[in-house]
Amino acid sequence: MVFLAPERRGAFIARFARPFAKPNIADLLMLVLIGTSAVLVVHGVQQMNQPLAALHQHPVVLELGRLPGYALLTTLRMFAAILCSLIFTFVVGSLAAKSRKAALVVIPALDILQSVPVLGFLTFTVAFFLGLFPGNELGAECASVFAVFTAQAWNMAFSFYQSLRTIPSDLDEASRQFSLSPWRRFLRLEVPFAMPGLIWNTMMSMSGGWFFVVASEAITVGDNTVTLPGLGSWLALAIERKDLGAVVWAVGAMALVIALYDQLIFRPIVAWADKFRFEQTASQERARSWVYDLSRRTRLARTLFAPIAWLGRALLAFEPPRIKSRAITLPARAERWIDRAWLGAVLVAVILVAIKAAVVLSHTLALPAVGEAVTLGLLTLARVLILIVIASVIWVPIGVWIGLRPVWAERVQPFAQFLAAFPANVLFPIAVMVIVALRLNPDVWLSPLMVFGTQWYILFNVIAGASALPTDLKEAASMFGVRRWQWWRTVALPGIFPYYVTGAITASGGSWNASIVAELVSWGQTHLEARGLGAFIAKATAAGDLPRVGLGVAVMSLFVIILNRALWRPLYGFAERRLRLD
Amino acid sequence: MLQTLDRPLVEVSNVRQIYAKGNGADVVVLDEVNLTLRQAEIVGLLGRSGSGKSTLLRSIAGLITPTAGTVTFPSNPDLDGQASVAMVFQSFALFPWLTVQENVELGLEAQGVGRADRRRRALAAIDLIGLDGFENAYPKELSGGMRQRVGLARALVVNPSVLLMDEPFSALDVLTAETLRTDLLDLWCEGRMPIKSILMVTHNIEEAVLMCDRILVFSSNPGRVIAEIKVELPQPRNRQDPQFRALVEDIYARMTARAGQSPLGEGLFPGTGIGMVLPQVSTNLLAGMLEEIASSKFKGQADLPELGDELMMEIDELFPVAETLQLMRLAELEGGDIRLTPAGRRYVAADVDARKQLFAQHLLTYVPLARRIRQVLEERRGREAPAGRFRAELEDYMTPEKAAQTLKAVTDWGRYAEAFAYHEATDLFSLEDPS
Repeated sequence: MVFLAPERRGAFIARFARPFAKPNIADLLMLVLIGTSAVLVVHGVQQMNQPLAALHQHPVVLELGRLPGYALLTTLRMFAAILCSLIFTFVVGSLAAKSRKAALVVIPALDILQSVPVLGFLTFTVAFFLGLFPGNELGAECASVFAVFTAQAWNMAFSFYQSLRTIPSDLDEASRQFSLSPWRRFLRLEVPFAMPGLIWNTMMSMSGGWFFVVASEAITVGDNTVTLPGLGSWLALAIERKDLGAVVWAVGAMALVIALYDQLIFRPIVAWADKFRFEQTASQERARSWVYDLSRRTRLARTLFAPIAWLGRALLAFEPPRIKSRAITLPARAERWIDRAWLGAVLVAVILVAIKAAVVLSHTLALPAVGEAVTLGLLTLARVLILIVIASVIWVPIGVWIGLRPVWAERVQPFAQFLAAFPANVLFPIAVMVIVALRLNPDVWLSPLMVFGTQWYILFNVIAGASALPTDLKEAASMFGVRRWQWWRTVALPGIFPYYVTGAITASGGSWNASIVAELVSWGQTHLEARGLGAFIAKATAAGDLPRVGLGVAVMSLFVIILNRALWRPLYGFAERRLRLD
Repeated sequence: MLQTLDRPLVEVSNVRQIYAKGNGADVVVLDEVNLTLRQAEIVGLLGRSGSGKSTLLRSIAGLITPTAGTVTFPSNPDLDGQASVAMVFQSFALFPWLTVQENVELGLEAQGVGRADRRRRALAAIDLIGLDGFENAYPKELSGGMRQRVGLARALVVNPSVLLMDEPFSALDVLTAETLRTDLLDLWCEGRMPIKSILMVTHNIEEAVLMCDRILVFSSNPGRVIAEIKVELPQPRNRQDPQFRALVEDIYARMTARAGQSPLGEGLFPGTGIGMVLPQVSTNLLAGMLEEIASSKFKGQADLPELGDELMMEIDELFPVAETLQLMRLAELEGGDIRLTPAGRRYVAADVDARKQLFAQHLLTYVPLARRIRQVLEERRGREAPAGRFRAELEDYMTPEKAAQTLKAVTDWGRYAEAFAYHEATDLFSLEDPS
């Protein structure tokens, strides 16, 4: 796992020193930490459940005192979304892994949904959820949480599914031999085995999620403007009022929130999850987290975590009644026919829906609109490709340089991960001001915003790849005097390639999404637009023109899927086949 | 006394296990296997990989349902009912996220045993198997030997009447394996384990003779019981005892004997002609073994158990090499011995180029698949042929995995012999430019 901070001494001592120490400073810190969190969560939830009218009366105000509260609300939305994503993951992932028929539908669906620009869907989901809870803020809250959910859930479910499919056969046999019930198997084997991959993907999802939560708090759909109290709305208001100070505060608050969530939530979880790693050998590098160490050192913490431990035990003690079902074994040929029939039924259903959608769209959209969307799509495609190339040219050498120097890598890596999580849309207004002030061409200069937030994925993956270059390879290269271009060609580039591809895929996917907010930006009354599919979708959304939004999203999905199939997947396959170092 | 001991715990009758391949040609893994496991005996299932011995063990464990035949647990008054089983795995199969104690408690937890009771019984099993002090350790902190002890404790704690062991010591180093064997035999002989009998799978002949009261020798492809050998030496047994050696020697001879009257060289590997399933044996190993047999210690003829000891190879590694040499007429197997042929002697004496030429000549003469690849390449104008076509051809006779393995073996030999070349990126065989 590339995201783990390298081991430092000290964690070891913290782990074994004084297991039965008296309450101490550490206890106090834990108490404050947990107590504050509890109060904040309760407060935040109370605020969320207000009628919509209250929202309009008390719109977001740019008072500094309110900022922490807004940051808290934004964070809570994130966690609500991640919780939904986890539940979705467990249900859908298990379903797909256990039923071949479900897998036939679920897996391609997840694959497509991963590539779809979810920002484009906001229009539809906002309308849907507002209708679900008329006159209550909860509808808008749901829409926002759902937007984040749609950005997070797919890769998590995919990761869980793949873990379930690769459970080692001996552990599977051991659980069957001791006749573990399905429920116990889930708790004792499946979830623990999937844990490392799931946590990694949850982290990536969270990183991506901040972008969407900021984008989804202030949404204008036609005449409806929904403003949820939060950092995103604060930012939208600051932009409208041209309040640079407020923008800077928002940037600061966002940075603080991300740093806190990383230190307080994710690092402890990663450190704790170290025991779920499947390697049978003790690892050299244990992920460490001061919060985790603190929590293990204190008796108070153990008391505080007692409810969680109790919940774990209760889950394990719970034994659902066994359903006595005899597996019906059919001849292989019959099985194949049933599979085919099922697949056929699914295909027919998909085709019917597609025809229906086409009919609806054809009433409202003319063919030229389709041509326009495709042309704009090509423009955005060109932007994405050129920007990925530029970002690669810049970050690959730098990443390799850093990765080969462990001291630097240790310092830079967390920072690069932090930048990847930071929602770039918070910084857009500043870029707009620069473009306006210097009278730059928006068609060109808005483009960098698309990779602004996503280029870091390339950087930190390349750093990880360069750090992982085996010492013997480096030594052999230096002994034979392999230098300069030959060194890059034979050592560095092949060595980091698998990592680079992973980073570039993430960056490319993120850039498509970002184009929806990056190609159309504003500062007060100044609106800048770069011609492209992202601006097309953004304008249609603002105008409440649902068919055009649908068309834009569909075309963009198509572009993303084609790019994935034609470029990224073959590259990934090549990296897996030829350039693996183990 | 004798009568109660004769009561069967497990009855396996006419078990067949067949894997359907889809194209009609099914693979028979087990063929008409019968076995009765009685009280107070250790029975060994001995055979090389692919003989279906593990499959049989898993059928008894209830992990696999055999295609035909039955596995029954007759009611036994000594047990107040039927025999129960628990299994020890070759790879230990420990849950890395559970501590030693939690791993041991797993089976009890599944049975719904209460916490206090679970803990007490687990600690007793941990104590019995010599793991005290490690209760809170995670498996990754333990050495291989300690891990397998956890596996044993986990199986014993559920109070099985039959302990099933699937090559329990083969993932351990020689010394550790020996310690564990001795400890287990001590516990068994002193009657300190609750179990009534042990059924173990092994491919280590000496291990089988050392531990078992009865050994069933399996043939490969299809797996059949070809011999049942009673070991009546008293415990503890001594490996240097002449009777022990004689028994080991006898089993080696039986396992390398050619089935029926098939022509020399063929018949040891399953399948005939191009459909022969070949093992992936590196040419370095082949050369190394020829040299060892030619060395001053063996002088051209070696006793297989001794050769295995000398090279630190178990039969799973030793036999494929020996049999490949036999297939290529570089050595001959007979009565538990391996002897160099005149060609084998020439090979050992030759220099690198001459070795390659000799190897190429034998490869193309005696390995039908190599001959076929060469032939096809010579007929083609471009002197190239996709490897996929040979793979497809092989899959008519064997499973895709076996086909890939066979083709890989022949590719490796062909590359060494410079009989043909292979390009991984294009998946093409070719004749290298002669110039």
